[in-house]
Amino acid sequence: MKERNLDINVHHVTRVEGHGNIYVNVRKGTIEKCEWNISEAPRFFEAMVVGRNWRELHHITSRICGICSIGHTLASLRATEAAMGITISEQDLKLRKLALHAENMQSHVLHLGFLVLPDLLGVGSVIPVASSNPEEVKTVLRVHRLANEMSNLLCGRTTHPQRLIPGGFSKIPSMKELAELRERLQASVPDLLKVAELFKSLASKLPDFTRETEFIGLTKPDEYAFYDGNLGSTDTGTAPVTEYLSFTNEYIVPWSTAKRAKHTRDSYMVGALARLNLNYDKLSPLAKKTAELFGLKPVCHNPFMNNIAQLVEVVHNVEDSIRLIDELEATGLQQQPDYNNPPIKVKAGRGIGAVEVPRGILFHDYTYNEKGICTKANCVIPTNQNHGNIELDMKALVPKILDKKEKEIELSLEMLVRAYDPCISCSTHYVKVNFV
Amino acid sequence: MAKPKVAFFDFAGCEGDQLQVANLEEELLDLLGQVEVVSFREVMKEHSDNYDIAFIEGSCTRLQDEERLKQIRKTAKLVVAIGSCATIGGINSLRNDKDLDDVRKTVYGEDARLFDSYAARPIDAVIPVDAYVHGCPITKDEFLSVVKSLLLGKKPDIPTYPVCVECKKNENVCAFERGQYCVGPVTRAGCNSCCVNEGTICWGCRGLVDNPNENSEKEVLIKYGLTVDDAINKFKLYFGWQERKR
Repeated sequence: MKERNLDINVHHVTRVEGHGNIYVNVRKGTIEKCEWNISEAPRFFEAMVVGRNWRELHHITSRICGICSIGHTLASLRATEAAMGITISEQDLKLRKLALHAENMQSHVLHLGFLVLPDLLGVGSVIPVASSNPEEVKTVLRVHRLANEMSNLLCGRTTHPQRLIPGGFSKIPSMKELAELRERLQASVPDLLKVAELFKSLASKLPDFTRETEFIGLTKPDEYAFYDGNLGSTDTGTAPVTEYLSFTNEYIVPWSTAKRAKHTRDSYMVGALARLNLNYDKLSPLAKKTAELFGLKPVCHNPFMNNIAQLVEVVHNVEDSIRLIDELEATGLQQQPDYNNPPIKVKAGRGIGAVEVPRGILFHDYTYNEKGICTKANCVIPTNQNHGNIELDMKALVPKILDKKEKEIELSLEMLVRAYDPCISCSTHYVKVNFV
Repeated sequence: MAKPKVAFFDFAGCEGDQLQVANLEEELLDLLGQVEVVSFREVMKEHSDNYDIAFIEGSCTRLQDEERLKQIRKTAKLVVAIGSCATIGGINSLRNDKDLDDVRKTVYGEDARLFDSYAARPIDAVIPVDAYVHGCPITKDEFLSVVKSLLLGKKPDIPTYPVCVECKKNENVCAFERGQYCVGPVTRAGCNSCCVNEGTICWGCRGLVDNPNENSEKEVLIKYGLTVDDAINKFKLYFGWQERKR
């Protein structure tokens, strides 16, 4: 390999959300350059919300990302609610958790079925897979549709939710609708197990690559945390969410329009694998069985296993949603007025909302003045937290596969990037606002 | 007849509109019977620069984007803007009244010059656009209906009346009558007043209707209790670029 020269230049990696490029140059077996570069146009969200009314913040920041707009909306609402001391009912809490489950399922199934599966089957998109594996594709589509319809039921629509508002919901589903959803979730379990079997049969195509890193995500003593909890790290244990800035330590590299983050090491990872590594014991029974099927146990340091962690989470989302609906049924659903608009006493303050979204932990941090006008905002996006880890993985992976054909090296690097399920629109929201 | 070749492109936006297309699921597979998708980076690896219809999502926010847009215009027979960022500038226009140089310098310091950016604008501010699919996000139904019209060589039927017309038909209680503020009276219909149906207000994502009475709407907002600044802000949320042009 000493004589190996290599120039890989993947402009706009496909089947990921947003624009990212991979650059690798190898001269005589030595890596001269190995970069993961984001070229997406910057969008200035934190600047755009300054001067805006508290009632609009969740509507605006939802637009950071079309794929995880429910997560952005909820992180935004939690930040506003924390700043103004607004509490929500136990029932609304459960409904919001259901909304997050729906989005996580939708996003993971789309990623696994449309974006990852073609790599494992050696084709360029899901279109040929629809001919070669029609039953499997139909199964994936069924689960995906269910997740979307669940988002519709909880949020009004799948992208840019309408019903999620400060203090609760503008409209909620009926118990009858929730009961029907429960039946459909129950009926999707065999579908999910079929998808799990398909991935099991292809799991050997996932590279056996390990690089030790730190994993960060929300944790809770009694549940697999998505909606709330403490900050958790596989290196340093737990801390309150208010200390998030000492975890994320964002910084800029000139070759990328997205910020990066580091904590105790040069980089860390967030997302399904991080959550699973931190919360494995709290997985639902069938989800734990699915993890066992793949031998996935904490702490797993193979980033390609993030795909499998997503699969495990989908099973958990379904089982936990059934549990939540059962609880709602047991207590009976409290009705609320049409066009519900909870009365809120506006006050000045700062609030932080941390929520687990499909790609990892998301922070929204707002400061409001006494009129409820936003004076400062900071959003830390999961994919930004992963960029540094992706690049270090690439640097560790390239020497191990240098004997392969250039096309294979390129594909392995693309698969690595896709394993993180990066959401690049999100990550180029640009930075904080320290201007007048 | 050969199937028309279709390509998707994205500029500054959240890719939520392409997601609506991906979410067509079975209907997408039907649509694939009528067209050949040659480029859709969000879901496929293959890419071709030979296409007839270009769907463009997102706003133009950089000089370097203009060159890419002009290239698309040169290649495509039909250019379709999808989603508010592309059709009216959308949420991106919120930044247009901030001093962008200041923001960039605060963010990037010495490296600010590496990240150029200018006022966010819709696609038709840079190249001619043949058809529009409005909304944030677009709806699957309207996307399919516009595509069908284009395939039949017809002009897509886009409403020229405000959201209030649909909202009244849906028998919603008016937002103003329940103490909230809404820009439905000046916003282009076609969404079936979906946000009000879900218990909230019209935010204006489909842009100003043809010949809106903006002054009268602002007066109503103020009459019902908004300050002048808040009323102006209401318009800026989605109408920033359109108002600047008028």
